[in-house]
Amino acid sequence: MTDSVDVLNALKIVYTIYTLSVISLIGWFALGLVNPKGKPRIVKPSTFYAYVGILITVGVAIHIVTFNKIPWVEIDFKRDSIQPAEVYKIEMKDHRYIFNGQDIKAGDIHIPCNEYVLFEVDSKDLTYGFGIFRQNNSMVLQMQVVPGNKNDLMWKFHKNGVYHLRSTEYSGPAGAHMYIKDVFEVSGCNEDDKYSQKGADK
Amino acid sequence: MSFFNTLINGNEGGLKEETLTPTQKVTLRAVIVGILYYGLSAFEGMMMRAHAISPLPMLDDSHYFSVMTVHPIVGIFGSTYLVVFGAFTFLVPYLMKKPLYSIKLANYTWGFIAIGALLAWLGGFIWHYAPLYTLYWPLPVDFSQYDAVGGLVFIVGVALVMVGTLGFIYNIFATVFYTEDGHEKRPVKPLLISALGIDGMLNILYKMTGREPYSKEPAVSLPVVAIFRGTIDTFLDALVILTCGILILVYIIGDLSGATMDYTSVNALLYKNFFWWGLDLIADGLVLIYIAGSWYLLAMLITGKKLFMQNIARAALLLELIVSWAVWSHHLLADQGQPNMMKLVSGEMVTAFELVTQGIAIFITLVTLWSAKPLKMSNELKFLLGGILGFMLAVPAGIIQADMGLNRILHNTQWVAGPHFHVAILVGLTMTLYSAIYILWPTLTNGVKLYSQKMANYHFWAHLIGGIGMGAFMGMAAMDGMLRRTLYMEGEYQTYMILAGICGFLLLSAWVVFLVNVLMSVGVKGLLGVFSKSKIDTKDLVPSQEENK
Repeated sequence: MTDSVDVLNALKIVYTIYTLSVISLIGWFALGLVNPKGKPRIVKPSTFYAYVGILITVGVAIHIVTFNKIPWVEIDFKRDSIQPAEVYKIEMKDHRYIFNGQDIKAGDIHIPCNEYVLFEVDSKDLTYGFGIFRQNNSMVLQMQVVPGNKNDLMWKFHKNGVYHLRSTEYSGPAGAHMYIKDVFEVSGCNEDDKYSQKGADK
Repeated sequence: MSFFNTLINGNEGGLKEETLTPTQKVTLRAVIVGILYYGLSAFEGMMMRAHAISPLPMLDDSHYFSVMTVHPIVGIFGSTYLVVFGAFTFLVPYLMKKPLYSIKLANYTWGFIAIGALLAWLGGFIWHYAPLYTLYWPLPVDFSQYDAVGGLVFIVGVALVMVGTLGFIYNIFATVFYTEDGHEKRPVKPLLISALGIDGMLNILYKMTGREPYSKEPAVSLPVVAIFRGTIDTFLDALVILTCGILILVYIIGDLSGATMDYTSVNALLYKNFFWWGLDLIADGLVLIYIAGSWYLLAMLITGKKLFMQNIARAALLLELIVSWAVWSHHLLADQGQPNMMKLVSGEMVTAFELVTQGIAIFITLVTLWSAKPLKMSNELKFLLGGILGFMLAVPAGIIQADMGLNRILHNTQWVAGPHFHVAILVGLTMTLYSAIYILWPTLTNGVKLYSQKMANYHFWAHLIGGIGMGAFMGMAAMDGMLRRTLYMEGEYQTYMILAGICGFLLLSAWVVFLVNVLMSVGVKGLLGVFSKSKIDTKDLVPSQEENK
């Protein structure tokens, strides 16, 4: 099953190829522009319309591909109609995460493998972020936590691992260090998340 | 001539300020102050870059985030707004072939914006007011973290910037429509139809139906259409920011007067939608439209040729305007309270159209340049190509993050700050502005010779490599999970941050070299003379040959 590491690795490759191609294209264009040899070719309107067609196709195709290949998009759309195996209700106030009436701490949340789980986070004052990160600091998921509004995110974990909690939104200097290690533990999977085994930083 | 003598008097006599018209002076004032603000913003950027490598002892958390708050205010309003408004204050009358509507108003405009940006900066520098430019409710009125006086100074500063902006807007619209003394009255209808680009659409429609073109010679030139269209977004954006400013101001005054108000009276998500609708009109509205117009103008001036597919370009600008009003939801893809349909339609699909509208502008500009080959690789041409490259990199990066799947792991990461908006602003926008500065240089300075071409070359390469490099390393850090607006105390992303810091230093050095080159060209005397009253009493844009002697 695809996870964020796979998606980001694919993005790294695609965007690097794109960047190098575009830089080369402009470099080639600049050299051609100053080259006295050869006459400029007349560009036909049909070329222009074909180019616009490609742009539209690419713009739409990106979203169609990600909808089909990234599992959490469909879950997000259907989360209201899916019954979660677990619901984790977390409250945020005064730059603190509160779970079961107490400040959240390492090992507080145990997540079953391959089950739909729902994170319901409620802010009592400011806009915060809710992000789950691996031991190597790469991101698993995130959402904004807006006060006075519903902030729920459904997820399905497929690998065993221990994960950190970090606020992904700025909430003033007092919230600059909203980072609690090893809050989430996923167990019961056939596969380990090699980037999120406790004690391993890579 | 000695270095010191050149520094004071300029290259080969430097800028003779007594030959400058009032319009030239007001343009140069705005541009000079804008360039100085750019340096301040770049310096702040380097402070944050250094802090990201290893936390600096003199920057505590509140100071660091106040720097982060004022950095975009100084960079966008203090620098970009002033340079762009200054350039358009000259270009609109130049292209309309008539004087600026009001030189006095143009002077107030740059003055208000410059003072406003300074006040906003002071709000951060002295009081450490730090709600960031996003101003997410209720953070700007969280007086347990911020001094209300700092908030007052900051908000008044931003409001002054917006008032100055409204002055610019009025001047531009008035310049397009007014009839100068001694001329036959210009009818408003054809001007309005042309300024909105409707004539371009009608021309396409008439051609498709086999009729004669609606307008063979449009009443308004294409770059003015772009400026006019972009200015509509500038107006809407100013109204939204002013409205939010008033709201925050009410709470600040309440707190200062002891009548603290309940911040839950304002729905944070509704506010966020409203604020992003307005703020996004800068990023996805006026910037992209102004840039397209600037590229078209630069391509026409560099080649001396008409633009390829003129009517399409006019129509695309109208499309861009409408698109810019409907894309704000891409900033709320990580907000679970935002309806999915809005995320899908506004956040993803309409936003994807920016790939089309910006792609059209790139294609038209490149084809126009190509049609005139061979061209000399002048400063304006190389910076124009750099600017186009910047947007070719930054716009797709934005489209990628405006995807519901990818946004879940890219939102608020360094991806947004690096490959997207810093590459867009520093490489795309700023290099386009430098191209405009280089091409307008002889006209605005009455032919002052540039001190050093080698310095201009360094400026180009250091800026280009620095801008793309910094964005790239920030992007790589993002892929490994690095957030923006977050402090990392354990050296988690140090290698990337060192490399981004080196690139940031290149950017800063490019600005220093550019500034020295400008100073050595015009001379300190000439530069200061720009801020004195013009000795020529004329509404003409440039001096007559007699006055120029």
